[in-house]
Amino acid sequence: MPQIAQLTADNWYLASQLFWLLVVFAGIYLVIGRGMLPKIEATVDARDRKVADDLAAAKAAHAAADAIEESYRQQSDASRAAAQKAVAEAKDKAAKDAEKRLAKVDAELSDKLTAAEADVASARKSAMAEIESVAAEAAGDLVAKLAGVKVGAADAKAAVKAVLHG
Amino acid sequence: MAAESGKIDPMHQFEVTPLGGGFNLGGHEILFTNSALWMVVAAIALGIFMWGGMRRQLVPGRWQAAVEGFTGFISSMMMQNIGTEGRKYTPYVFSLFMFILFCNLLGMLPLGVLGLHPFTVTSHIAITGVLALISFAIVLVVGFWRHKLHFFSLFVPHGTPLPMIPIIAPIEFVSFMVRPFSLGLRLFVAMTAGHVLLKVLSGFVINGFNAETLWLGSIVSVLSFILMIGISALELLVAGIQAYVFALLTSLYINDAVNLH
Repeated sequence: MPQIAQLTADNWYLASQLFWLLVVFAGIYLVIGRGMLPKIEATVDARDRKVADDLAAAKAAHAAADAIEESYRQQSDASRAAAQKAVAEAKDKAAKDAEKRLAKVDAELSDKLTAAEADVASARKSAMAEIESVAAEAAGDLVAKLAGVKVGAADAKAAVKAVLHG
Repeated sequence: MAAESGKIDPMHQFEVTPLGGGFNLGGHEILFTNSALWMVVAAIALGIFMWGGMRRQLVPGRWQAAVEGFTGFISSMMMQNIGTEGRKYTPYVFSLFMFILFCNLLGMLPLGVLGLHPFTVTSHIAITGVLALISFAIVLVVGFWRHKLHFFSLFVPHGTPLPMIPIIAPIEFVSFMVRPFSLGLRLFVAMTAGHVLLKVLSGFVINGFNAETLWLGSIVSVLSFILMIGISALELLVAGIQAYVFALLTSLYINDAVNLH
């Protein structure tokens, strides 16, 4: 077995094996391990950092957009509230005006009504009085024609009054 | 290697052969071997693979995404097991993981079809053992550097009752010292066993078709070949898993050194 044989003394190729192993491995360590590997790792690190930065920027932009949307919503809420308030005020004012006008018209109408009632009452009174005198005359005439008795105007009036007013 | 006797040596694939270029270093002759060649091939393949991931685009292409998948895999593993301090050790664990992975996978290449002999570097315990010792040495250096002699409290798990300490501490010490062996041995055994198994089965395939009773041999060959396909897939899985296990255990051991318990 050549692998074990080289571990014995006075083997011709053990020294060559060790020498070339150390030379080659030292070369790999220095050129590839120390020279190339850090550059490749730096590339990977730079890429990772760039990705992380980009993600952070995207996150920040997202947050900013959210904030803008929030402020926009607040503004629109405020303006809607203001509009609603203005509408309510206008409604209120219109209702009050209408009420006032209505009250005025009401008062005028009731004034007219009372005046008209007063007119009606006076007209009725005068009509009543006329009816009494006409009835008294008619009663006097009737009595004179039927009974041939002359009734005094005052008596006739009293009698008519008694019948009319119960 | 179908010899005239019809025997195929499943161990031949682990043979180290010199390819020339020898020089002397401290009394030892250093030769450029097939093992060294495959280490260099793995390093170059790894370099090309990593180079494709260096385009540094914000939106990665396929290749860059693949490379970043590997680096992200290791660095997230270090992050989970050690914490933010784990980043310091990522270059080492990444180099370890990728080197082992590429050696494992390159050893699996079916280059034998082209007459080449692929060599699995990680099937040699001299290699895996040294890598394990490097990991172990890092644990020791970091542990004693950060915690000084307080590092020995690693052998007394948190909340151990006082009378249990004389029993627990030696057990913990032994399990700590065994780590480099188990770490190196696991990879070496997994790779060796898998390659031996594939070689033995491929020997069945060849010998089956060369058999005297061809119909019986053909059945054996076909069945062995089907089995080989499945085991090759399994070996690809093992190649990845063993590299992952090596890196994962190294990161856990470093975590012990950095954070104690």
